[in-house]
Amino acid sequence: MKWIDFEKPNTVEDAVKLLSDSGGNARAMAGGTDLIVMLRVGHPRVNPDVVVDIKSIPELNELSYDANKGLTVGAAVECYKIYGDDNVNSHFSALNDSATLIGGTQIQGRASFGGNLCNAAPSGDSIPNMIAHRAVATITGPSGTREVPVEDICTGPGQTSIESDELLISINFPSNGAGFGANYIRFIPRNEMDIAVAGVGASVTIEDGKFTSARVSLASVAPTPLLVEEAGEALVGQPVSEGAIQKAADLAKAAAKPISDMRGTADYRKHLCDVLTRRALTTAVERAQGAS
Amino acid sequence: MPGKTYVQTTINGEHVDFLCEPRQSLLECLRDEIGLTGTKEGCNDGNCGACTVNIDGRIVTSCLVLGVEAEGANIETIEGVADGSNLHPLQLAFLENAALQCGICTPGFIISSKALLEQNPNPTEHEIRFWLANNLCRCTGYDKIVRAVQDAAKRLQEA
Repeated sequence: MKWIDFEKPNTVEDAVKLLSDSGGNARAMAGGTDLIVMLRVGHPRVNPDVVVDIKSIPELNELSYDANKGLTVGAAVECYKIYGDDNVNSHFSALNDSATLIGGTQIQGRASFGGNLCNAAPSGDSIPNMIAHRAVATITGPSGTREVPVEDICTGPGQTSIESDELLISINFPSNGAGFGANYIRFIPRNEMDIAVAGVGASVTIEDGKFTSARVSLASVAPTPLLVEEAGEALVGQPVSEGAIQKAADLAKAAAKPISDMRGTADYRKHLCDVLTRRALTTAVERAQGAS
Repeated sequence: MPGKTYVQTTINGEHVDFLCEPRQSLLECLRDEIGLTGTKEGCNDGNCGACTVNIDGRIVTSCLVLGVEAEGANIETIEGVADGSNLHPLQLAFLENAALQCGICTPGFIISSKALLEQNPNPTEHEIRFWLANNLCRCTGYDKIVRAVQDAAKRLQEA
């Protein structure tokens, strides 16, 4: 590995200053489960001279719930803290679908949703789940703080709308009313420790047997995780039925723009979008009805 | 050339300080700077789990931790598992169930399994396999490892 400078600031202000002073050569590190690997191989795009460890900054370790504000997950909060959190388990249990399947136990001890988002892999297992939950990212830079819906963060494989002098602070999940359910599932050749061939995050809200809101988001079938707005919109106002869910699955399949690679062909991935969307929505409906 | 960083840490209950470059992984620091070579390097990218250590109660792959991050940490490695010449029940169970052949993956499996049994003293086979998914073994086919963990769980509960 080439030489790096290591910084461990204690405040957001100091971290942003380190990032902005480096002229684009610094990178924030949470668990480092992607970054350290990229540094070791001399990745052509992610190869910073300065690593800024952000795990000592209080705001980035926040994991809190408020019925009005929703759930706040600091950018450095490790997966194991998410699935070990009472508020997550009570109000946002579908986030555990992602937190328990990113890597294995050891990776979950380090990896964070924040890092998964900033790494911006098309296959990032937490990202479609965050999008399905209408999560919003809080980002601070030299000129202030802005809030951006998660679906607007990833702009290409490994690329985000977060500038090199900006820091992802946290991800906020709005509170869900009664009748809300969500699910993330992926297809991989083994049960753990693999990269999604395709993945689907889905959420629904059901009142009086009808969908009042729905969202479908796809992983690994486009250059970025994809929000398929038309799939969710097709469900709104419809009574809960297999036919309505199939229509949304058809729209998700149509929206997928996958490539063929060693993990699967484009046709196979499109087929998976149909099957996985149907299953994710069905589970989301079951959870919504169980919760209401 | 920039200098090395002074790191103070606790390893297997003893204060340890060492010098390292920020680019060195904790795995490299353990093996090359501190001389604790029980922790093994396999893939060096977080997939195989051979380098698993326990930091502040959580198992991690030490190849994906920078040595400088160990400042103030409490680390457990394979060298700290036995009590002197008395093997830990997990180590005995691995030996008696033939849960190792070449042995490279074994320190990682022991550290991972120990953390599992500390939080879940009586895991199901499914829970054991799920917990150990980040540890790869190319010799045993895993069945003997799972049986050894089950055996160790029984020994620890009877102890």
